[in-house]
Amino acid sequence: MPVWLSEQEYSTLRAACAQLMPSDQGAPGAEEAGVAEYIDTFLGAFSFDPPRIWAGGPTSGRKGGAAGFATFHRLSALDELAWRTRLEGSQGLPEREFNGPVVGLQQRYREGLAALGEDFGEVDGSEQRRRLQADDAFLELLWQHCCEGMYGPPEYGGNRDGIGWAYIDYEGDVQPRGYSDAEVSQP
Amino acid sequence: MTADAVIIGSGPGGATAAEVLTRAGWSVVIMEKGRNHLLDPDDVTKPAGDYSNDEIKFISRYFLGPDPLTEPRAFRRNAAEGEHTHVGEVNSIPTTVGGGGTHADGKVPRFREEDFRLFTTHGPQEGAAVDDWPIDYDELEPYYTEVERAIGVAGRAGANPFAAWRSGPYPMPPGAPMYGAVLSSAAAEKVGLHPYEAPTAANSIAYDGRPACNNCGFCAFFGCPIHAKGDPVALLTRAMATGRAELMAETYVSRIVTEGRRATGVEFIGPDGVTRTMDAKLVIVAGGAIETPRILLLSGMEHPALGRHLMCHFQTIVVGHFPQLRLHPHKGRAVTHVHDDAMVQDESSREAALGAGLPWFRGGLVEHSGGGLPIMEARHSPWGRGHAQAMRDSNLREKMWAFIMQGEDLPYATNTVDLSPSIRDARGFPVARVTYEPGRHELAASKYHGKILQSVLEEMGAEWVLHTSSPGVSYHGVGATPVPESRHVIGTARMGDNPDTSVVDRWGRVHMLDNVVVADSSVFVTSSGYGPTLTLVALAARAAHHLAGTKPG
Repeated sequence: MPVWLSEQEYSTLRAACAQLMPSDQGAPGAEEAGVAEYIDTFLGAFSFDPPRIWAGGPTSGRKGGAAGFATFHRLSALDELAWRTRLEGSQGLPEREFNGPVVGLQQRYREGLAALGEDFGEVDGSEQRRRLQADDAFLELLWQHCCEGMYGPPEYGGNRDGIGWAYIDYEGDVQPRGYSDAEVSQP
Repeated sequence: MTADAVIIGSGPGGATAAEVLTRAGWSVVIMEKGRNHLLDPDDVTKPAGDYSNDEIKFISRYFLGPDPLTEPRAFRRNAAEGEHTHVGEVNSIPTTVGGGGTHADGKVPRFREEDFRLFTTHGPQEGAAVDDWPIDYDELEPYYTEVERAIGVAGRAGANPFAAWRSGPYPMPPGAPMYGAVLSSAAAEKVGLHPYEAPTAANSIAYDGRPACNNCGFCAFFGCPIHAKGDPVALLTRAMATGRAELMAETYVSRIVTEGRRATGVEFIGPDGVTRTMDAKLVIVAGGAIETPRILLLSGMEHPALGRHLMCHFQTIVVGHFPQLRLHPHKGRAVTHVHDDAMVQDESSREAALGAGLPWFRGGLVEHSGGGLPIMEARHSPWGRGHAQAMRDSNLREKMWAFIMQGEDLPYATNTVDLSPSIRDARGFPVARVTYEPGRHELAASKYHGKILQSVLEEMGAEWVLHTSSPGVSYHGVGATPVPESRHVIGTARMGDNPDTSVVDRWGRVHMLDNVVVADSSVFVTSSGYGPTLTLVALAARAAHHLAGTKPG
């Protein structure tokens, strides 16, 4: 069950992410990494308590220390105003419209995914690419979030089991272990 | 509520003032509009535990603030562009306890003697308010020494042949050199330059109760999870430990309350949203070179020099591609080597300046630096088939090395900070509007020194080299956003002896207000080409010692 998107929207999103980051000759793609899950979790961040905006710290537990990333930060009232406005849009609320209306990410995704068409998952790859390229602004937004979902910390819902990092030989967060001086200075 | 001094801003300048004044027995209240993610509220000697190696949190989601939705800024290149051309992020420095010190990678060079005497040393430039500072290097040196010890600077005296004199060694030796910097330093030496280990406020050994840096690589734009970066943690912690400093986070100063030539206190909005007033015998403003003029303007202050002469360090960025190497720039302290040659004139650079129709030019400190982190790399990589392989090849991260020259900006009266006529922050106050564009000096210096930096990367074995800048200019064609990326914001409340042409006196005191002192990089007369942090911290220490009647030590 998606967190915020409808089943239909989530299905379209998964297909779109898979087109942008396909599984490719042994390389993990968006599907294996859970990139769509990352985006859906972000859009529905306020479905959680605390909201899934900022993972905690200082360590994830992957290189020692406690699994602090898993406990998300509480937001201040000002933080919540910013993130609700960014995600939900200003919705005509005066406290969110001090510089004018803001279109939220939820609306941008709802409209962007609808424009891709309910049959997006069934059409062939070249047609999927054509539809994705028809809206540069949505494609840029989607690509940014795909990149975050593939290469960000797994606690946000993507990069499942660090699969995105592993393929590019990147260790991700390394506290508290860090790197030795030799690792820094040698090839 | 009352205090001997209210300090607006908990960054390097405010923290320094707090430390010096509390050491002298003063009580201070530090008001910081951002949250406290730095210090454990139950034990200020320990990290809060909120910082982490997390690219989403710090780069994509504004964890250190400011959030451009609730605290935007407006930008335009010049007045002819109308009210503004951009609203959102503009030269953002963290809005959080610790301020700009939290996200900086900790490069803390001193200025050199001539940086305080630019007019006398080199003469005027048409259209620029080039001037000498009212103080010189010798006067500031004891304060440089004091603050280097306080925050803990790793470096090697004598490594930089162009450095100003110093009265003692660095408090600790340099940290581990990054592999890419080892290669780029060797190449730079081959073309006759003088690279050296960057003076860095990140512990190379355990120091002052804080651990040695463990090279995690999340340095620039991230908070340090283990407090190996000493600025401004060390100073804030010391101030708090006296019991005479109160830190009020999420406290937004909306104006300084004045009566005639004196401030009586500040009006502020607390985390509960309630507006209150606190009395103070002294107000120290340390919001940085954009927020400081903003708060003075919001307080009704009017002066022809206030908000003028904004300088940002025009960045020249030269990137080389090394297909045979894996440079692993994510291991280490972001920048471990720099060189100063572009700050020093020779016959060739003098000829280039004259050829550009300028009497002289100076570049800036050149940082030897690697590529970014994976999300950043991925966003600039192709989508579709081939993306995964492109990321595995890592041409933009593992196989890239770069020089960033923090070029000296001259002070132009037309580069300004003022209040936006229409854009507000979430609390309803006018935001800062930045008007900025580089002049002929910055462009000519960038073009000349960029070519030298290209030759270094070619000597290092680059397959191709790219030369760009921030802000982008037309002849580069790539990355051409007019908003400067540099977080080195300088000027806007310049110091001087003449109250008609300067905002503060040689001690940082506002000429028009007897008990308001500015303790940040706003007061710089010229920008030099060195990162401003150590100099602003030394100036803040000097101003605070003057107030308290104490001496550095």
